[in-house]
Amino acid sequence: MEVISVNHLRKMFANKTIHRDVSFKVKEGECLGLLGGSGAGKSVILRSLIGLEKPDGGEIRIDGVDISKLSEPQLYEIRKKVAYAFQNGALFDSLTVFENVAYALKEHTTLSDKDIRLKVHDLLKDFNLDGCENLFPNELSGGMQKRVGLARAIILGPRAILYDEPTAGLDPANTITIQNLILHLKESGTTSILVTHDMDTALRVCDRICFLDKGEIEDLGSVEEIKKDRTRLMSLFVRG
Amino acid sequence: MNTRTARFLNFVGGNAILSRDITRQLFTRPFYFDLLSSQLLTIGVRSLPLIFVVAISVGMVMALQFGIGLEKFGGKLYIPKLVSVSITRELGPIFASLMFAARVGAGITAEVASMVVSQQVDALRALGTSPVKKIIIPRVLACLIALPILTVIGNAIGLMGGLFVGVLDLNLNSGFYLQKIEASVTLADFFSGVGKTVFFSLFISIPACYYGLHVQRGTRGVGIATTEAVVTASILIFIGDYFLTKFFWIFESWK
Repeated sequence: MEVISVNHLRKMFANKTIHRDVSFKVKEGECLGLLGGSGAGKSVILRSLIGLEKPDGGEIRIDGVDISKLSEPQLYEIRKKVAYAFQNGALFDSLTVFENVAYALKEHTTLSDKDIRLKVHDLLKDFNLDGCENLFPNELSGGMQKRVGLARAIILGPRAILYDEPTAGLDPANTITIQNLILHLKESGTTSILVTHDMDTALRVCDRICFLDKGEIEDLGSVEEIKKDRTRLMSLFVRG
Repeated sequence: MNTRTARFLNFVGGNAILSRDITRQLFTRPFYFDLLSSQLLTIGVRSLPLIFVVAISVGMVMALQFGIGLEKFGGKLYIPKLVSVSITRELGPIFASLMFAARVGAGITAEVASMVVSQQVDALRALGTSPVKKIIIPRVLACLIALPILTVIGNAIGLMGGLFVGVLDLNLNSGFYLQKIEASVTLADFFSGVGKTVFFSLFISIPACYYGLHVQRGTRGVGIATTEAVVTASILIFIGDYFLTKFFWIFESWK
């Protein structure tokens, strides 16, 4: 069953066409890699999938619901199901790490403070962030900010996660940590879309990979196919 | 349509939409009283020293100027009346509002714009919460509550400033000065002055939030938005002052 379905998506900023005709589907538990040159509009697709950008045409369906027609308050329910991990973390700079991660639990659940504390501590431990609870975002490294952002995104146990360059700027050890976390979430049945320039991460965690070029999706098919012919992917990047 | 007209129409439309969103979401759950109290502290309590300095200076200078001018005509006895009515009806609210626009309006725009630039506003939306409820409403409400209260405090400090100069420099009797203030300042004077600041607080806070939310061109845009917010609020205060004075004047005559 498809969790995310994008049909003939069109998007323009001022007079610049970002998406001419973008269509793809993501099945339950699948991880789709979205690759493309800089400025190809990969992040705009992710933003459109949770209604942060309104499409100029086409439809975006999440669990069968066309979200392009929903109002902002109606979108809040969709956003509880589809999490967005921002490229730079986008942490609330006036809140501590603990408060950032606990944010969605406090807003959308009736859990007690004790339960919230336990849940946040467990999650931070999974992300190698234990001991950082009382630090503010400006006291964290870029990699730590990314991991806190990721922890904040998944705390509600979303049905789907949109990763915007989760490994960009990370050292190899942290890159592997993030890859393992994405794989772990995938194994637990979470659907995901991964925007990245990091081919190793894409080939390790994704089931299928698409290449975005000139406002359209070029479906490259499964990771196995691409692994057999990596030059094809490289040539698309060069051309893009 | 030229760029200036388009920007003006964007500003009017954008502020109207923001005001509509604020009104719609003001009375719906959840209510963030903790955020409101924290904003009241930042916006209200921490503005007190600035309001104190401005109000006491205005009161003292007004008394001195009237003293110098009226002494030539033997009209020194009118100083308490002139100073107290001028401060209560006009100068107290205007100076408090302008200082508030400079300190608080600029602060709101810079803070909101920084949150937009660093994608914190997008993060709020992505986490299923309304930026209007979380960021805008606490700030607008805090301005709405704080500015009239600061104006009342500023008026009292301004009158005290006038009293100091009246007694120490102009040799007026303090009892006489206080008695004249009490006799001159009516409830209508008080409410027409403070009533205006309710509107001024909206003229400051809503455009400040609008400019913050619509910041462009990254961190450079934060500076531009902040300047625009303060200039716009000041212009709205001066233009609004004329119409509000006229409104309260008609209201008082009608009563």
